[in-house]
Amino acid sequence: MSMCKGNPDTLTTTGEHAEGPLPASATRNACKLCTPLGAAMVFKGIKGCLPFLHGSQGCATYIRRYMISHFREPVDIASSSFSEDDAIFGGARNFAQGVDNVIRQYEPEVIGVATTCLSETIGDNMLGMIKTYQDKHSGDGPPLVHVSTPAYTGTHSDGYYSAIRELLKAFVKPTRITQSRMVNILPAMMSCADLRHLREICALYELDATILPDYSSTLEGGSWDSYHKISPGGTAVEDIAEMATAIATLEIGHTQAVDKKSAGHWLETEHKVRCDSLGWPIGIRLSDQLFAAMATIADRPMPAQLADERGRLIDAYVDAHKYVSGKRAAIFGEPDMVVGLAAFMSEIGIRPVICATGAKVKNWKELLASEIEGGTADVEILSDSDHAKLAAAARELKPDIILGSSKGYPLAREMKIPLVRIGFPIHDRIGAQRMLSVGYRGTLELFDRVANALLEGRQDDSETGYSYL
Amino acid sequence: MNSVNTPSSIRVLDERSDQVWTKGSGKEFVCDKKSAAGSVTQRACAFCGSRVVLYPIADALHIVHGPIGCAVYNWDIRGSLSSGSQLNRNSFSTDLAEKEVIFGGEKKLKASLLELINFYQPKAAFVYSTCIVGLIGDDVGAVCKQVTKETGIDCIPVDSPGFKGTKKSGYQAACEAAYKLVGTGDTNGISKYSINLLGEFNIAGEAWMIRKYYEKIGIQVVSTITGDGRVDDLRRCHGAKLNLVQCSGSMTHLSKLLKDDYGIPMERVSFFGFEDTARAIYAAAEHFGDPELMRRAEELVRDEISKYAPKLKEYKKRLKGKKAALYVGGAFKAFSLVLALRSLGMQTVLAGTQTGSAEDYEQLKEICDPGTVIVDDSNPLELAKFVLEKDVDLFIGGVKERPIAFKLGVAFCDHNHERKIPLAGFEGMVHFAEEVANSACSPIWKYAPRRQAKALRLPEPEPTAPLACEGGAA
Ligand code: SF4
Ligand code: SF4
Repeated sequence: MSMCKGNPDTLTTTGEHAEGPLPASATRNACKLCTPLGAAMVFKGIKGCLPFLHGSQGCATYIRRYMISHFREPVDIASSSFSEDDAIFGGARNFAQGVDNVIRQYEPEVIGVATTCLSETIGDNMLGMIKTYQDKHSGDGPPLVHVSTPAYTGTHSDGYYSAIRELLKAFVKPTRITQSRMVNILPAMMSCADLRHLREICALYELDATILPDYSSTLEGGSWDSYHKISPGGTAVEDIAEMATAIATLEIGHTQAVDKKSAGHWLETEHKVRCDSLGWPIGIRLSDQLFAAMATIADRPMPAQLADERGRLIDAYVDAHKYVSGKRAAIFGEPDMVVGLAAFMSEIGIRPVICATGAKVKNWKELLASEIEGGTADVEILSDSDHAKLAAAARELKPDIILGSSKGYPLAREMKIPLVRIGFPIHDRIGAQRMLSVGYRGTLELFDRVANALLEGRQDDSETGYSYL
Repeated sequence: MNSVNTPSSIRVLDERSDQVWTKGSGKEFVCDKKSAAGSVTQRACAFCGSRVVLYPIADALHIVHGPIGCAVYNWDIRGSLSSGSQLNRNSFSTDLAEKEVIFGGEKKLKASLLELINFYQPKAAFVYSTCIVGLIGDDVGAVCKQVTKETGIDCIPVDSPGFKGTKKSGYQAACEAAYKLVGTGDTNGISKYSINLLGEFNIAGEAWMIRKYYEKIGIQVVSTITGDGRVDDLRRCHGAKLNLVQCSGSMTHLSKLLKDDYGIPMERVSFFGFEDTARAIYAAAEHFGDPELMRRAEELVRDEISKYAPKLKEYKKRLKGKKAALYVGGAFKAFSLVLALRSLGMQTVLAGTQTGSAEDYEQLKEICDPGTVIVDDSNPLELAKFVLEKDVDLFIGGVKERPIAFKLGVAFCDHNHERKIPLAGFEGMVHFAEEVANSACSPIWKYAPRRQAKALRLPEPEPTAPLACEGGAA
């Protein structure tokens, strides 16, 4: 059978190219996921934590399945399993029963409660419910943290950052002590390998890091000899409690830098822990900024190992610059990752001609302009975008390469250009968890992926099929 | 606290204890219950049920009315193939924002429908209501009526807010929606030997394989519902003389409507495994009572079996004696799987389903061996518990069950809507055996800590012996 001659987003049912004004009201192939997913991912990075979505169970099941297909690890997320009556009369009863059952089954150290659109809309008073529950059990049992995550006000990135903030608010203890070797890292939605690398970098600077969240083991663990009710690993609540003792917080993400209510800024205002706002450390410039911040905090020069890695990265840029130079890229995904990737692309001579995110980002243009070398006059900047809009722009601007999640594959296939997979979700390849992209070493790996993708395309398209470059 | 657990440390929740049953225990078994809050059910929601059933109708527009998540998590994740239109592979959503949640989303829905219909020229449109819509009180039916009037394209509401019952209620809502189209098309040219295949979703092209069987023996397939589905096929499917219903959980309601209103008889069939496939082919031939059909059916079955049986035998040699667990959508599928596994020399020691009916479970209980555990609406911890207790070698399930198996060093075979390999029919059985063998007989398991630990506890002359597949590697 002949199938799929193009991208489903432009074909009519008879396979013709769809004509006429582009549908603007509906979202066509969203470039975002919903808010509780981000929160659930953060909760998966807390030791002994079970995420709990207050609402109907479909949301939890969908999110579980989505996360499993990316991480390939157990992702148990409980739900209060609303029925029709609960949707009308409120979910207090289900909430209490759900928490009881979670405790019975999982014996969690903490329960991370996120709302869904449904419980937000009916106006369930989560804090009240949690308090009632805890009063009834006279404070016994695991603590419950609550984050409000209606999907109609944001995207999964918002859920991610909000959950970090709520965890801090719930657990950080005021203190007068400062531990000079302690640093807090609030990473953005990075891969497990990225998180591990950040920890390794801290160790090189002889810093003791609390990374919040840290799902590097919970979402990429070893093979087990018996079943773990909750995957081992994650940031311990006791460590979160101590975060006010840190000498500084490194908060990743341009959107967080300009958000005065970000988790890092909250720690600064409430607990006097200095907040260094940094970009997603991809590329030399943004990685340099990270390491400069580390050096100041640690009061140490750049460790030799990192200096070596930096040297090798520049050498790689030199070796391959001609294969990438002058190329054009389309980038999509979480806002902060897109900014980091755009900075990196422009740094190596690839024009990021399309920068798209599904989130509505305030100052999206300015954020990108601050990092793209050579200005943004030739850059199509899309916020609140979907994949159909992104594809329409790509048909105009004809990029040579796409950077983003698996959801970019139909477009890559249509345009016969490579897709370098990065971000979430990656569910058509193995190994999304361990793809390293941050710091000098991560950039080097990403750079090789980009250069090789372009080389492979050129080779496949060549007349002769050469085997020597 | 909850670090490493032995199976006995995993407790089945009290409210679920009657949904876990061991053959020979004499206990009562209960199903068809709403999932308990906090149980971490593997079930999704009613909306998901509707979406699964209608999704393969390829020339219809499918739009999810609600906030974005409900739509985006099922964007192009299914393995149902279409021979033409790819419209269904898009994910369209009204993506409600806060102001629409407050002031209503009807306007946005209407504008979305008009624009999308104008652009893509679908044959019909399905509008799925999610939980929020059920709550904010949008009159989706009225919007659909208006748009149908303005465009001449049937817009059909699917009343499937997630909280309304279980996934099964979603199947029902989907059947109701699909049925709106039935009876509106021309039934000219439909043979007196004709069937509809209900509950066949054309995963990896399975409907095409099955359709060929019937066409070969002289039976016309009017429609496959909904695999590689077309709106016009649905419109005229009431002209078929017999309904073969495969995935009974999802399609019983539609076949019942067709029976009540058009007098079309139905037969439950399965196309999984040699035996069931043969039975399904014979069932149709027998129904029409033409000896010639029967003769051709027998010939076809003979040919196919002689073509594939030798391959199967090879796999059986390698798989014999292995113990399997399965957790699937409906019990009828589970039933078929137990038989198919048995034909490969394997024993099912754990069988469960998300939404099996009491009737299905009765049958399942009957064919299972004593000691087999049967679970209804189970969850990851229970499944892990029984995988450990029963020392399972192979797990058959979907994406959500896969990590349970893999973490414990247990082989896995995908048997859900996302798979890319056809497992139905005679040929499909060979694919199935191959899939199972590729995982179960992989040399990697001996490195899995749990297997290693076991090997250490039970020293054998050859340390890898408990893991080796009989008959050696392929
Ligand atoms: S209702 Fe909201 S939280 Fe649930 S899946 Fe849909 S968008 Fe996500
Ligand atoms: S909001 Fe309702 S319809 Fe949407 S995924 Fe959740 S349970 Fe299902």
